[in-house]
Amino acid sequence: MRESKVNNFVVRFANVNGSGSASANYLFAKAVFRMGVPVTPKNIFPSNIQGLPTWYEVRVSEKGYLGRREGVDFMVCMNPQSMPDDVKSVKSGGYFLYDSTKRLHPELIRDDVNYIGVPLMEICNREYTDPRQRQLFKNVMYIGALSTLLGIEFEVLQQLLDDQFQGKEKLVAPNVKALKLGAQYILDNYPYPLEIHLKRRNLIGDKIMIDGNAACGLGAVYGGATVVAWYPITPSTSVVEAFEKYAKKMRIDKETGKKNFAIVQSEDELAAIGMVIGANWNGARSFTATSGPGLSLMNEFLGLAYFAEIPTVLIDVQRTGPSTGMPTRTQQSDITMAAYASHGDTKHILLFPATPKECFDMTAGSFDLAELLQTPVIIMSDLDLGMNDHLSPAFEWDDKRKYNRGKVLNAQQLEEIPHFGRYLDVDGDGIPYRTIPGTHPTKGSFFTRGTSRDEYAAYTEDGNVYARNMERLLKKWDTAKTKVPAPHLYQKENKSPYGLLFFGTSTYSAEEAIDIMAQESIALDAIRLKAFPFNKTVEDFINSHEKIFVIEQNRDAQMRSLLINELDANPQKLISVLNYDGLPITANTITTQISKNLAPAKSLIYHQ
Amino acid sequence: MTYIRSQFRHPGLPVNELGYTTKEYEGALSTLCAGCGHDSISGCIIQACFEMSVAPHRIAKLSGIGCSSKTPTYFLGNSHGFNSVHGRMPSVATGANMANRDLIYLGVSGDGDTASIGMGQFVHVIRRNLNMVYIVMNNGCYGLTKGQDSATADEGSKSKKGSVNPFQPIDLAGMALELGASFVAQSFSGDKEQLVPLIKAAIDHPGFAFINVISPCVTFNNNPGSTKAYDYVREHIEASATIDFVPAKTEITTKYADGTGTDIELHDGSHIHLEKLAAGINPYDRLAAMNALQNARNNHEILTGLLYIEPESTDLHHTIQSSDRALNSLGQEELCPGAEALAGINEGFR
Repeated sequence: MRESKVNNFVVRFANVNGSGSASANYLFAKAVFRMGVPVTPKNIFPSNIQGLPTWYEVRVSEKGYLGRREGVDFMVCMNPQSMPDDVKSVKSGGYFLYDSTKRLHPELIRDDVNYIGVPLMEICNREYTDPRQRQLFKNVMYIGALSTLLGIEFEVLQQLLDDQFQGKEKLVAPNVKALKLGAQYILDNYPYPLEIHLKRRNLIGDKIMIDGNAACGLGAVYGGATVVAWYPITPSTSVVEAFEKYAKKMRIDKETGKKNFAIVQSEDELAAIGMVIGANWNGARSFTATSGPGLSLMNEFLGLAYFAEIPTVLIDVQRTGPSTGMPTRTQQSDITMAAYASHGDTKHILLFPATPKECFDMTAGSFDLAELLQTPVIIMSDLDLGMNDHLSPAFEWDDKRKYNRGKVLNAQQLEEIPHFGRYLDVDGDGIPYRTIPGTHPTKGSFFTRGTSRDEYAAYTEDGNVYARNMERLLKKWDTAKTKVPAPHLYQKENKSPYGLLFFGTSTYSAEEAIDIMAQESIALDAIRLKAFPFNKTVEDFINSHEKIFVIEQNRDAQMRSLLINELDANPQKLISVLNYDGLPITANTITTQISKNLAPAKSLIYHQ
Repeated sequence: MTYIRSQFRHPGLPVNELGYTTKEYEGALSTLCAGCGHDSISGCIIQACFEMSVAPHRIAKLSGIGCSSKTPTYFLGNSHGFNSVHGRMPSVATGANMANRDLIYLGVSGDGDTASIGMGQFVHVIRRNLNMVYIVMNNGCYGLTKGQDSATADEGSKSKKGSVNPFQPIDLAGMALELGASFVAQSFSGDKEQLVPLIKAAIDHPGFAFINVISPCVTFNNNPGSTKAYDYVREHIEASATIDFVPAKTEITTKYADGTGTDIELHDGSHIHLEKLAAGINPYDRLAAMNALQNARNNHEILTGLLYIEPESTDLHHTIQSSDRALNSLGQEELCPGAEALAGINEGFR
């Protein structure tokens, strides 16, 4: 089938890190968004501040597919260093825009690629004298060229610049001038628009474009977090930066000008999680954000929080491991570690957001969940979700919603109850009552410890008492299954013997893969996990299908292991679909791997 | 040590301003070895809190792991306690303090817990001047694992098994001074007269108050040749001054003759009175304190007492400008910006 060329292409920008290209490239993606067309930008950047190659890939999809797609239809190459590879990456029949101030080396010429040379440096040198301006406006200028070639409405760009430079209006005019210089060069020298181009649509609705880390930071403000402790680590750093930004706007005491929050940049991740545990123990809502290496360091403390039953919220923005791995590439490879972090028998609540809206909702909700269950809750985001802008449903907040602080006894309640046992299962749900230090002069104090203790928090090495407590924690785990977000089922009734199971950022490409397979008359049922522990729905989905394709972005099929381990699922049934090269998984990767497993072709046509 | 303690208390026990006797400040029975220095320190903590009429539930006691870190179970039974992770008590205390600035935070640690596994957190909690009392019960060895040398064991000090420590010791008080701690004191578990007022002054100090207490390990490090044995410490101790802590509300009596000793007025009007100041000691002078400490070390002496105090200390909450109210007391109406603000934020991302 011939694909439409309108609103359906991938543009890749090849730049040098630190050259100021990010804001120009963002301008392009945002302009597509403002024209009402679904768009998904991915920043593919090096672990470096200046000098190494960096790419910005923008997929435009009328059909609303927001996963990454292989193949570049249009390459904007501003980096001589990566040019040979960049030329190679263009699809046959695609376009290659370059700075024609210098002639292209003959080896870089491909017969099946359309070359568009714009003498950017020459124009910049003619128009500007300041070296930094020459660099920055070169970036804006190629966006101007693209606006003509791909049919971006100029007013949209103009408006975006007005928005961007609010308060710095002086900067608008020179940027507009650069845009016009680029646009004019195309008008004078090339046919336009190209076969691939944009057309205004109304496909965005009230959606927003935001990155997951900002959404997490904002969600923590809404969820009532007051104490934040953190150690900077890519790709999680901007979570706390976002929290601080919003808290500074919305959490300042009007009378004193002081902050209704405290942020402590700690000496390492061990201290960060220690502070979070200390603050939660003392009745504040507190969280930290980190990535794999930080989570590794936090293991011991997470075991303490599990065993001593202290609410703890942790946002893990996963990156490519193991060890330092590829710090600026994405992966879903902390799953088994997060699920069972720490020595001894431990299990932790995991949440798997797939969109910025879910980052917001799950972060805000994680504080309720952590306090309700008195245990760590780990939000499993990743670099792709956290650091890239995503088209997302708008954030919502119901003003009637009340924080649920869980089972916390106040002074009056302590007066009324006959006796207080910190680890006593009063309600039969495995969740005991806690008290906050300083509540009552003579009642409710207890000793929190990582050593074994009885129901009244008294130290004990009695094996029976220890085992009883461990079993109560399992009961609490069962309660958790009813409290965590339920999975999303894509169908009311099964229509295929085959199911897809996925979570987090694999969702975008998985949904696209379902459509592609459907076009080939292969029906697939699907379920999207939102949390660990798994509930009955997940179990039923697995049991009611012959084969389940478990899609995840790591080498070892970690989620599959978790399913087998926790649900006793038959390993033969669970087929892995994996991607672990550090780039977001694509629909093509998924369909290829599934097809391989479905050969020889069986009857897979729709049942209905 | 022993498993039965009489519940009987003399009916005539003195009561403090809250109407409590020392009984209200006691904890569970100690399970440390008989004669352990740590138990004496626990006793001093009980005495100091009793004398200051601190409401027990307004104290949070925190510790790491080790013999010393077990002690919070043995004092202040009406306070919340937190026996956390080895070497990581400062971070837990920091989080707790950030959550509620109105409680008193009493951290107890040991030489292994602080000078080895916990060195990183110790250093940084000093930098931040967290408002807490940090007591190291320093016995120069690992008691719970049966007597290995710790990082504060003196070079040449002999263990019970006869091996001689070949490594330089870490001087925690010297280090705290160097790092800018706003209150640094050193004492000996056997010197209640000195330790009780030091703890009281430390509680009163609005910042990080560090007390390094030499506390002999009777089981593994009380042998001849050990520099942390009772006999050695008693022979080599040199007090910088005799100390008295006078709470704000108490009028300074004429007990101190005019012109004798040094009177330190604290932030809230309390006083620390130092009598019989040793030569070269000026408790406001960090450099002098560092010199005096180093000189004492060179002379194989243990300098005790209040070494340094910064009367104008301001703590972490002040530095980061966090609310004057306890953050854990803020309600949803103050924390959640609400739907209308969110609609505005959404608009900024369109």
